[in-house]
Amino acid sequence: MSNRVAITGMGIISSIGMDLEENLNSLKNSRHGISKIEHIDTKLKDKILVGEIKKTNQELESILKLPQKNSWSRTSMIGTIAALEAINNAGIDVKSDSDIGFINATTVGGMDMTERYFYDFIDNPENRRYIQSHDAGNNTHNICDYIGLNGFVTTISTACSSAANAIMLGARMISSGRLDKVIVGGTDALSKFTMNGFNTLMILSDTYNTPFDENRKGLNLGEGAAYLVLESEKSYKKRNKQPIAFVSGYANANDAFHQTASSEDGEGAFLAMKKAFEVAELTPKDIDYINVHGTATPNNDLSEGRAIINIYKDSEKVPEFSSTKPFTGHTLAAAASIEAVFSIFALREGLIFPNLNFKDKMKEFDLTPVAELGHKEVNTILSNSFGFGGNCSSLIFTKSH
Amino acid sequence: MENCYINGIGCISAQKSFEKDYLIEPIVYSEENILKVVKPNYKDYISPAAVRRMSSGVKNGIVASTMAINDAGIESPGAIITGTGMGCMQDSEKFLNNLINHDEEYLTPTSFIQSTHNTVGGQVALGLKCKAYNFTYVNTGVSFESALLDGLMQVENQDGQNVLVGGIDELADHTSKLYKLIKHTKSDDEAPYDIINKRTKGSISGEGAAFFVLDKEKTANSYCKLADVKFVNNLENSGLETFVNDFLASNDLIASDIDVILFGNNGDIEFDSYYDQLEPLFGEAAILYYKHLFGEFMTSSSIAVSLGSDILRSQSIPGALFKNEVSHPKGEIKNLLIYNQYRGKDHSLILLKNV
Repeated sequence: MSNRVAITGMGIISSIGMDLEENLNSLKNSRHGISKIEHIDTKLKDKILVGEIKKTNQELESILKLPQKNSWSRTSMIGTIAALEAINNAGIDVKSDSDIGFINATTVGGMDMTERYFYDFIDNPENRRYIQSHDAGNNTHNICDYIGLNGFVTTISTACSSAANAIMLGARMISSGRLDKVIVGGTDALSKFTMNGFNTLMILSDTYNTPFDENRKGLNLGEGAAYLVLESEKSYKKRNKQPIAFVSGYANANDAFHQTASSEDGEGAFLAMKKAFEVAELTPKDIDYINVHGTATPNNDLSEGRAIINIYKDSEKVPEFSSTKPFTGHTLAAAASIEAVFSIFALREGLIFPNLNFKDKMKEFDLTPVAELGHKEVNTILSNSFGFGGNCSSLIFTKSH
Repeated sequence: MENCYINGIGCISAQKSFEKDYLIEPIVYSEENILKVVKPNYKDYISPAAVRRMSSGVKNGIVASTMAINDAGIESPGAIITGTGMGCMQDSEKFLNNLINHDEEYLTPTSFIQSTHNTVGGQVALGLKCKAYNFTYVNTGVSFESALLDGLMQVENQDGQNVLVGGIDELADHTSKLYKLIKHTKSDDEAPYDIINKRTKGSISGEGAAFFVLDKEKTANSYCKLADVKFVNNLENSGLETFVNDFLASNDLIASDIDVILFGNNGDIEFDSYYDQLEPLFGEAAILYYKHLFGEFMTSSSIAVSLGSDILRSQSIPGALFKNEVSHPKGEIKNLLIYNQYRGKDHSLILLKNV
């Protein structure tokens, strides 16, 4: 288990809670965060449901005590809230420790502000401060400046697998000895740009998303942010910190099939899972639970299901699995880190969170997700994330004993 | 640490960098504050239908990556890693334009699909049917450096697999206008521009794509060794010299070991002082700059790596790159250092060595 990297802290904000405790409570009580959109003025308002954090930008600004004239996107603000909780949870002092890195993930960056003022910038000098908040890295810089982190900082954007890749890079930076501690994860706010983009692809559901269901109609977009603190053995032992779990396996592969669709047999997904097992030095039968990508689009769930069956050779051997996207919606670049936090909850609490809204098994294969909250000892979890550009990532989390 | 060689390069830029020895007679810009790429013949690399559909960044990325792969003489890489500061701005603008001007009606998916930051990485993989590791970095001024560091780590960890690494950014009309408004790009009325002798607010904007094949094995085509990459988001006051000296020390070097230094000077009066600060440290080195020929963009250090690699392999420096007087180093050019920063943030160092 030479590749194992400790997780010593985490933080989260999503449509089911403003922090770790609220998220766990919602998961335990099957309380989802899917609703009509309230904070963005869009024509899609009555056509789609989303996982929206029910705080206005002004409310988020006041939580962070930002000056009135700031140039922060919503993505930066929710990212900072989750990063602060992760730092606090890990008990690290970012300002005095120059060896802490930050690896962020985002797809929208400051698009929520760009789409608001794009043409208005020309005539209205007042809002021009938001011009430079567009690029993804600016959002990461805002978070780092707020938390006082100076050091190794980068950002990954590989669509819906972005945060999985941030976690993977963090684990590699630790195991190669380049960093002792690193904050990893992703943040994405809802924007008209992404909602309309996914709408043109005709993969948005007009009702609650139902992953791995025969009658699934597509995904609900969501917003959120989550970060983990990864740490080397030397570092957490030195400060007498108990890890809360481990990142034991990780891999990324490309489906190389289509810019937005997954191949029918899910070859990229299969390769990512297979390589993650190799890195973890584990076999598929070691997995107690799979947190599937499970977006509830017809294409993803079919492709992912087939890839999982290919890994296990037989659908009967597939362990218990569920998608937690019916709780939060698909939070894009934050999805894999939000689901990493949920996976750590599952390891710690001995719980399997339900795939809400499930009714009928898909006709193509014999796979039934866990539909009610389950209680059992969970030691090893596989978590999948797949994105546009054929990007497929798998992570393996193990319990800290 | 394993050796990591640069074995193939492809570069599309504001110069004719798809041709050999293109800097013998460089294109000289003095009246322009936005430098667009010199277009290669896209149809030699991409089908005509795709040429019409794709934005220039995606096309330049495909051409530059194909050139790098051909130059290295490999079939398909063991990893594809890209960096882009702004991502696919042309398609983002197209989708935004429809979204705003048509009030969320009549939208089509093409520009949305192509606006994703990892479009180039995905398209290159698709073209090569390459199912390997595929990452895209988007951290402003160190987007390319992040990809390069990941590439270096992949070469360390993978057995006998080469890695394709690239930086891509494209100009887009409305965004260029916006960056002029906030003076990130120099004002139109300041021409002629001279980024060394006439510092004002902002830089000359540019675009480009440069790709590299990294490998553990040295070949007859090897340009140089990629020895190390380091970057930080912020430097404390007067931390620059320490940052550089620590980096050199961790590579068993001191400042006087550096034969050539490539600085990212872009004529911005607010931030070029970083380069001034370092200049005395490298009194014995040839001091070069390049953004007068290529423009400034978030992944412009990918151009610097292409230039540095050419200099090391040919052991000669094009005259157009000298910042002060032309002073070729005596003897072998062994160590070449690239220092860049973006608007006072994202400071990066890249060390290349002769092989």
